Amino acid sequence: MKIDMAHGSGGNQTTSLINDTFLKCYGNEILSRLEDAAVLSVKGDIAYTTDSFVVTPMFFNGGDIGKIAICGTVNDVAMMGAIPKYLTAGFIIEEGTEIELLESIAISMGKAALEAGVKIVAGDTKVIEGNGGVYINTSGIGEIVKPGVSISNCREGDVVILSGNLGDHHAAIMSVRMGIENNIASDCAPLVSIVKNLIDDGIDIKCMRDVTRGGLATVLNEVSASSGCGVEIYDKNVPVSEEVRGLCDILGLDPYYMANEGKMIAVVPKIQAEQALEAVKKSSYGKNAAIIGEIVPGRGVNAITGLNGVRALDILYGEGLPRIC
Amino acid sequence: MLTLENIIEELQNYDGKPIKIMEVCGTHTASIFKNGIRSLISDKIKLISGPGCPVCVTTPSYIDRLAEISLMPDCCVLTFGDMMKVKGSEMSLTEAKAAGGDVRILYSPLMSIKIAQENPNKEFVFAAVGFETTAPIYAILMEEIEKNSIKNLRLLTSLKTIVPALSFVCEAEKNIDAFLCPGHVSVIIGADAYIELAERYRKPFVVAGFEGEHILSAVYEIVLQLEAGEHKMKNMYKNAVSEKGNLIAMEKVNKYFTCADDTWRGIGVIENSALRLRPEFIEYDAGSDIGLEDSGIQMPKGCSCADVILGRINPVECPLFGKTCTPLNAVGPCMVSSEGACGIWYKNRRM
Repeated sequence: MKIDMAHGSGGNQTTSLINDTFLKCYGNEILSRLEDAAVLSVKGDIAYTTDSFVVTPMFFNGGDIGKIAICGTVNDVAMMGAIPKYLTAGFIIEEGTEIELLESIAISMGKAALEAGVKIVAGDTKVIEGNGGVYINTSGIGEIVKPGVSISNCREGDVVILSGNLGDHHAAIMSVRMGIENNIASDCAPLVSIVKNLIDDGIDIKCMRDVTRGGLATVLNEVSASSGCGVEIYDKNVPVSEEVRGLCDILGLDPYYMANEGKMIAVVPKIQAEQALEAVKKSSYGKNAAIIGEIVPGRGVNAITGLNGVRALDILYGEGLPRIC
Repeated sequence: MLTLENIIEELQNYDGKPIKIMEVCGTHTASIFKNGIRSLISDKIKLISGPGCPVCVTTPSYIDRLAEISLMPDCCVLTFGDMMKVKGSEMSLTEAKAAGGDVRILYSPLMSIKIAQENPNKEFVFAAVGFETTAPIYAILMEEIEKNSIKNLRLLTSLKTIVPALSFVCEAEKNIDAFLCPGHVSVIIGADAYIELAERYRKPFVVAGFEGEHILSAVYEIVLQLEAGEHKMKNMYKNAVSEKGNLIAMEKVNKYFTCADDTWRGIGVIENSALRLRPEFIEYDAGSDIGLEDSGIQMPKGCSCADVILGRINPVECPLFGKTCTPLNAVGPCMVSSEGACGIWYKNRRM
C-alpha cells in the first residue's frame, strides 16, 4: 500500500499509520500515551539539538535514512558531554511512498534508538505531493554529564583522537549513486558508548565533534577558528581503509573532506592521551581509533605528509564531485 | 644507492641556477600539494602547472552545445562530474540542469549503454572529454554502441592529445627548463612519445608516477640532467609506462578516431591536437567540430587562465584569484575542476 494525502489528514488513516507503523516499531510508555506533548523529567543541565535528514538513496550498505536520523541527532547531543535521553521524530512524506518502505525506516529507527539508549517520545507526520520521497527531522535532548566540553576549549599541547576510519559513509553513498559495486559500508553508528567510556575513565575532555559533512578537515578548521589555535595532524596516523583509499583514487576524492556518520574527534590533554585512546577503543565503534595530531600555536590546520612535507588543509568548498581522470 | 632521504636533502639544499619545471598533469599538481612537495625542496626549484586538465581547456562553445542539448525535448546529456560547474558563454551544466535540462553524472562512459537501452525514446549525448588516457574508453564505448546497435547514443567529443600541446607550450614559453610528463597519458602513448620533444627543444622530459617519492625522484633526475647539461627523455614510471605504450588501446582509438585541429580554451587553435570520430562514424557524432567556430580565446575580463595553463604565472598571481574567482564562484575553468591548477592552489592557499 502507498501513502496518499489522506495519511496526513489527521483522521483515521493518520491514526492507523501512527499505530501500525511508528508505535509498532519504536513505541514506548511515553510516546504511546499520544498526548499533545511528552512530559519528561531530566537531571540538571541538558544538551538540546535538531537535525533534518534528506538522504539519497534512502537505503545503502550499512544503514538507511532512519538509522542516520537517530544517530545524527544522538551524536550531536553526545558531543556536548551529554548522555542522550529523548528524541522527537517528524516525518515529511511524499505521496506514493510505499508503507512497507516507511516501516523499514521506522524499524531501523527503533533499533538505532534502542542501541543508543534513547526513547522517541514525540512525533509528527505530514504528507505532501511528490513522488515517494521521505524526509525526517529529529530533535534530541541529553543530560550533561561532563560539563564544559566545547569547541573553543582546545589549547596548545592537547592531542586529537579520531575514533576510526575516514570516509566510509561518503564512499558507500557515492558508490550507490555512481553504480559502483564494492563492499564499502556506511559507518553510521551512535557514538554514545565512546563518550560514556571517555567520561567513565575520567578523561578531561576538552572538545568533541562528530566528523560529518565537510569531513575531518572542516571540523579541525572549526576547532582552530573557535579555540584560536593551530592544529597539526600526521597523514600516516589517520586511519582510512584500503577500499576507501582505492575508491578515492578512482574518483579523485580526498578522505579528509569526506562525510562520515559514525566518527568523532576528541581533543584531550596530552597527559591523558593514551588512556583516552584506550577508552575510545573499548567501544566497538572505536576500535580503529588513533591519536592523529595535536593542538599547536598559530592558526589553521596542517597535515604533515608521509614524506614529512607540510600540506595546508582548508575547509571544504562546494561539493566533492567525481573527476574525469 | 641513493635513498629518498638523500634525494630530499639534495633537493632541499639545491643552490644552483633557478629551475622552472612544468608538471603537465593535474593529478601531479594535486599530488605535489597532497605530499607537501614544495615544502621539501629548495625555493630555487619552481614547480608550475601546465595544460593537463581536460576540463580547463574545454571551450565555452562546447559547454554551450551540451547545455543546449540538455534543454531539448527528450534529450539527455551524460557527463563526468567535473564538467558540471564549468561555465559556457551563458551557463554551466549545473545551471542548465536547474533550468530543466536533463543532465546525468556518470563515472564510467560504459554505463551509458544500459541507460540508452533502457530509455529507447530518449536521445543521449555523452560529453566525451579527456586526453589520451580516456580516449580508449570512448573507443570501447563506440564498440559497444556498434555491437548493440544502439541508435540513441552519440558522442560530443572534446578529446585532446598532449604532445601537440607540449610543442605549443615549448614554442610559446622559452623559459621552462624541463617537463614532468603525465603518468596516465604516458601509459597509453608510451614514453617514447617525448623523445622527439626532448631533442627538438633540448629540455629534459621525465615521465613520473603519482606518489610523492615518484615526483621527488623525477625532480631530482631533472636537476641532475640540467646540471650535466643534458636533455633526455627518461621514463621513471616503468612499472606502468612502457616505451611504446598500450598498443591495443591505441589501435582501438585509431579505429574510431582521427586527428584534427582543435581549440584550447584560453590558448587558441593547436594543430592536430584533437581526436575526432572518423568520417565513417560521423552518425555517432553530436556535432563535435563546434569548438572551431569560436576562437576559444575570449576569456572573462581579468581571467588569467591562459597564462596559468601556459605556466606563465602561478594561480596566485592572477588578479581574480581568491577574490572574485573562488571554487564556489569560479570565473575561469582552472578554478572549477579538481584537476585545475587554480582550484588546487586555492584549496592549499595558505602554503
